Formats: sequence, C-alpha cells, structure tokens
Amino acid sequence: MSSLSRDDVAKLAGLARIEMSEEELVNLSNEFTVILDAVARVQEVAGADVEPTSHPLPLRNVFRADVVVPSLTPEEALSGAPAQEEQRFRVPQILGEE
Amino acid sequence: MIRNSASEMAAKLAAGETTSVALTQAHLDRITAVDADIHAFLYVDTEGALAQAAAVDAKRAKGEKLSPLAGVPLALKDVMAQKGVPTTCGSKILEGWRPPYDSTVVANLKKNDVVILGKTNMDEFAMGSSTENSAYGPTHNPWDLTRIPGGSGGGSSAALAAFEAPLAIGTDTGGSIRQPAAVTGTVGVKPTYGGVSRFGLVAFSSSLDQAGPCARTVLDTALLHEAIAGHDPKDATSINAPVPQVVAAAKSGDVKGMKIGVVKELNGDGYQPGVRARFEESLELLAKAGAEIVEVSAPNFEYALAAYYLIAPSECSSNLARFDAMRYGLRVGDVDGASAESVMNLTREVGFGKEVKRRIILGTYALSSGYYDAYYGSAQKVRTLITQDFTKAFEKADVLVSPTCPTTAFKIGEKANDPLAMYLNDIATIPVNMAGIGGMSLPSGLADEDGLPVGFQIMSPVMKDERMYSVGAALEAALLSKWGAPLLDKAPVLGGAR
Repeated sequence: MSSLSRDDVAKLAGLARIEMSEEELVNLSNEFTVILDAVARVQEVAGADVEPTSHPLPLRNVFRADVVVPSLTPEEALSGAPAQEEQRFRVPQILGEE
Repeated sequence: MIRNSASEMAAKLAAGETTSVALTQAHLDRITAVDADIHAFLYVDTEGALAQAAAVDAKRAKGEKLSPLAGVPLALKDVMAQKGVPTTCGSKILEGWRPPYDSTVVANLKKNDVVILGKTNMDEFAMGSSTENSAYGPTHNPWDLTRIPGGSGGGSSAALAAFEAPLAIGTDTGGSIRQPAAVTGTVGVKPTYGGVSRFGLVAFSSSLDQAGPCARTVLDTALLHEAIAGHDPKDATSINAPVPQVVAAAKSGDVKGMKIGVVKELNGDGYQPGVRARFEESLELLAKAGAEIVEVSAPNFEYALAAYYLIAPSECSSNLARFDAMRYGLRVGDVDGASAESVMNLTREVGFGKEVKRRIILGTYALSSGYYDAYYGSAQKVRTLITQDFTKAFEKADVLVSPTCPTTAFKIGEKANDPLAMYLNDIATIPVNMAGIGGMSLPSGLADEDGLPVGFQIMSPVMKDERMYSVGAALEAALLSKWGAPLLDKAPVLGGAR
C-alpha cells in the first residue's frame, strides 16, 4: 500500500514549482493513495532480467550538417515575451534570493 | 456539399464544379450555425482560411499542378503551432500566445494547399479522454450533446462528425486520436511513431506523442496521412524512410489471404455488450472479404495502463517545466521585488488545470530519487514486455484488431471526479503507443443498447501502416454495403441546415 502524505505532496509541488492551496494538497494526497496502488502493479512483472525501454526507436545520436539555416529574428523570438527590455526577455529577480 | 468526403470535395474542385473559397465559406457558415452547441473550435481563422482558399483557387485558375487535397478545409488540433494563430493547448498558461513559427505538420498542410479553418478544442496539454479538461469548456458529442466527444482530440472528432470540417489533425499519446474517432463515428489514425514530424507539436510525452490524420472515410484519412508524413530533420526522432503507401492500400482494400489477429486480452470483461457485438460482426465481415481470423495473446497488456500512467506523467513533468513564465505565455505575480521562483509558482498554480497538476506531481514523484527504480524504471521494463508481446503476435498475424474502447461515449461529468475510471477508457489504445506501432480506429456501427457509435481498432507493425489501411478500407466497404449509407447519416440533425 503506497501513499503520499499532505506534506509529501507539498514537497513535490515545491519541486515542480506549483503553488498549491491546502485543499489541493489534501485532495491530491487522498487521490494518490488510489492512483499509486494502481500504477504500482508494474512492479509485479518488472524482473531484473528485463531490459528497460525508454523510447520506441533504437536511436543513438542523430546529427545534421553544421550549416547555418534561417532562424527566428529577435523580434519574432520576443513576440510572446511577458516582458522585454532592450531586445531581451525581462525576467524577475533570480540572484540574491539566498 | 459539406456532407461529402474530402476526396469528393477534391474531385469537385478539380472539375471546376466549385471553388475552394465557396467550399471554405460553406464550412465557416456551418461552424457559425452549429458550433455554439458543439464547441469544437477554440479559434476560427475566417480571414486566414479564406485567403488561403483564394490563393489555391488562383493557382488552379492558372493551371498549376496541385496536390490531391488542395483547397479542401481542415480543422487543426490546438496543440499544433501555427504561425500567427493563437495556440493554447486548451490551457490558460498559453492563452493569447501566437507562435512565431509553423509546426512541420502545418508547413506540410500549407505546402499541400489544405485550407486551415481554425484550432480545435482538446483536454489541456492533451491529458484526458473526454475534452472536459480543456480550460475553455468541454466539447459536445454531435451524436448526443450531453455526452463527451472523446479526448484529448474531442474538438477534432466533433468537428468531423458535425460536418464542420472534412479533415482534421489529431495527436495520439495514449489514444487521443483513436478514442475520439471511436465515440463520434469517425476515422482516426495514429501513424507509426516517427512517421509524422513532432516539430511544433507542443510536447506532452515525447516518447509516446504522435500526430496523425482524422477524417470521415479511410481514403480521406490516407490522403491526409501522405500529406503530413515524411522525414523531417527538425525532429530527431523522425524516421528517415519512404512514407508507407497508405493511399494505394486504402484504394485497393484487399485483405484476401491476410491474417488478422484478435487480441484475446483486449475484449471480454469490462467491454460493453454492444461494443462486443459490433466487434464480432466486423470480424465476420473481414472473414467474408477473404481474411483469415486468428487469435493471439498479449499477456503483458494488462500492465500497459499502469506503465502508461507512470511514463506519460514522468515525461510530462519534465516537458511542462518549460512553462515557466519567462519567455512566453502567462506571467502572474511579477510585482516589484518578487523572485523568479515565486512568479513561476504562482503562474503555474493559475495557469495549469487540475489534471495537468495531478500528472506533473505524479511524474515528479515517479522520477524522484528513491522511487525511480520502483516506478519509472519498472514501467520502462513493462514497455519492453509489451513490445515483445507485439513482436510475437505479429509473427502470427499481419495486423491485430480489438474494439477501440470498452464503452461508447459517456456523459459529460460522469467520470470527471474519478481519474482512474477515466484512465480505463484508454485500456485498448495505450499498448500501441508503448510500442510505437500504428493504430487506426474506424466506425463499426452503433451499440444496440444506446444507439451510439462503436470503434474498431486495427494495429499494424512499425512502418507497415499500409496494412491497417487495407483492412480498414475492406471493413468500411463491407459495412457500407450492409448499412446502405454512411453511419453519420444516422446522427441527429444539428441546429444548422443539412
């Protein structure tokens, strides 16, 4: 029986950068008890002898020729920016947060 | 005219019996007449569509050689970037965003002169099976407005069933093309993974996501498939090989001597009686058409749903990290002195809906140290076992078949508060995505108990997509001669004139 406490959900929400209300934390914690039980079934057949598959195609590295191709102009790249300044994305304070 | 198939419309355009402008306007009028009830569209690009149509008409007038679908209108799932046209993915976090570039699918559509009418509704970031998770309200099934049109691509399937468009684009991560097709009596194909470029498809689960064609007939679906498929250097996972000859397969519809494998595990308990009855009937028709029906077993499919709900959320928790309020989309709480982290936290709280948050948290957990091996790692092993089941089954059969979904369309709101019940909808469609093979759903009739459409699923090996089109075309022809008219003729009349 797997479960996640309200505090576990709060920690995960912090890692995922999502603010959550007390009600959301409690609801998710309750739901996860049921969901984790259902998904934990994968452990029944995942033996040590089974290779994992991360992707349907057996790809390694995919290269292209190192040539310059047209790309977005600065105006286009900034066209959806919530805020901009001097042809750059303007973002909230990142440094000095401890 | 709007009730014609896309190929019939294309033939009329080629013969000069109508123009793309007239055809496009007829669909725009239909959208105006019925979409208040259906809500298939999040954005209708009236001006852009008519301009594109006029350009095709001009090319045709000059005698230029045009592609088979030139001038035919299409509805585009809102998960596909289209330059200058709002692209929301059904989410508040992208409200108002207009991409500065075209996805490769859109570029291919434009190259083929397919007219893009607008963007269709979907579960937020393609997470859901009912389109109820759209931040912009649900889409209604044209067969019964109180029921869901499937999901995540419910806007695209409803637009087809309501004759708002003869062609549509969907994306399929666990069944988001096939399940909506099944519950609306339309056709939808998830091509082999890598068959259609993912460039400009807003990512949900990159190892599972695949764009594909939707229409009302198998041939129309094949024509659209060839228009959008092919190698794309902008998508590293795009397959560099010739596109399977799906149009030729759909035209021939020859199944003589083909072995069709019935997957034992994708039937029986949990499948509605009317769904099973239509499935059995379709098998009989295919046998009559000359196919050999065999039974195959895929014992690990019972773990597919569990593995999917670890792999997809894990990849989504990583993919959706890009919605950080910095470069595009919504930004909340950017007051003097606010930190970037608090802006991200607040933006993602407001911008994401309940299901998206649920999956991000689940994925974050499944990938966290200490739990990674037990959850994500085990799910990846199940993925191997499912792929092995397919490999063995395809040794016995050329294609595999099953009902597309266990039930017909359920009521809007019926499963909204029970995530596990909702996830069960995808039980028969998910294995295909796990293995990266092709899958089609086409209508096999109506369930006796509720009179709602039932889907028949055909699965084909990697890059053998033409096989599902052969079988689909054969079944479609047999059913059409049995019914005497297309299934959608039985759908109720909507607000607008026929």
